[in-house]
Amino acid sequence: MQIIHYLSARKLKIMEKVKVIEIKKSIFEENGREADELRAELKKKGVFLLNLMSSPGSGKTTTLIATINAIKDKIKVAVMEADIDSDVDAIKIKEATGIESIQLHTGGMCHLDAEMTRQGLDNLSEGLDLAILENVGNLVCPAEFDTGAVRNAMILSVPEGHDKPLKYPLMFSICDVVLINKTDVLPYFDFDMDKCREYIAMRNPAAKVFPICARTGEGVDSFANWLLEEVALWKN
Amino acid sequence: MHELGIVFHIIKEVKKAMQENNCSKVSKVVMNIGEVSTVVPYYLEDCWNWAVSKEEGFQGCKLEIKMLDAVTWCDDCKSEYPTVAHGKTCPHCGSGNTWLLRGNEVEILEIEAI
Repeated sequence: MQIIHYLSARKLKIMEKVKVIEIKKSIFEENGREADELRAELKKKGVFLLNLMSSPGSGKTTTLIATINAIKDKIKVAVMEADIDSDVDAIKIKEATGIESIQLHTGGMCHLDAEMTRQGLDNLSEGLDLAILENVGNLVCPAEFDTGAVRNAMILSVPEGHDKPLKYPLMFSICDVVLINKTDVLPYFDFDMDKCREYIAMRNPAAKVFPICARTGEGVDSFANWLLEEVALWKN
Repeated sequence: MHELGIVFHIIKEVKKAMQENNCSKVSKVVMNIGEVSTVVPYYLEDCWNWAVSKEEGFQGCKLEIKMLDAVTWCDDCKSEYPTVAHGKTCPHCGSGNTWLLRGNEVEILEIEAI
């Protein structure tokens, strides 16, 4: 009897100690705050951060190489390559452009958050005008986590289809720029460029659309010029 | 593994709340998950059970998920409709001038901790 008494008393004591703590907070809130802080610091330093996103295989690395080669004599650029594993992309960029390029491993995670982006930026040299973050190839998760970038860009390649903005609405609604890559294969696919522009505008009327072909270089200059203008605006 | 990243963010947030309230062990976390939040509750629970087993003070912590319906607002006919059934196009007037009112929440509602 005594033991039973002791146990229930102890249980009661524990019950009394359990606190219900109301949080009522979006899990993106903290990351959003860190991202805003990072953007403010970048503004002070005059560094423009571009977050580049896409599906795997849309031509992110090839597009980056073509773009960097078009602007590297005018501004100081560095690249952070985020992947789940390997450093093939970072090596490829360095070899093809000669600019500073580092690899970030996400350790299995499908996206980068503001804190991880900050750690990457800390590893780049000082005095940069433009830092480009090549996010993990994925159209879902990177759209939900603000990296602290000044502008978000995404690549949609022709073989993926013109209806992609309907399937991944969030990604298209947060992107300032959509590059439609691999225009050289347009004759071989039922890709409707007008429909694609219409669907992008449905998600984000302010989004700029640049049809490009990273392989041949077609249209890359328009994107490169937009980027140079944005960097100049940010530094003012 | 989108849900795993979200689980890490939940744990980070809960740890902070525990610190602020001088708690060392959490037994339950209640989440609000919107119908169109892109979070799959089944995967979230799976990732949760794996992650909490490795986290001090979180062992055995239950995850309770409250699903919230998604509702879209049509700005042309000023009415609401269920998002999942009709998507971007208003079923009342056919307009595409619509936006999501609620249903994309990934929110920690409350925790129980000692």
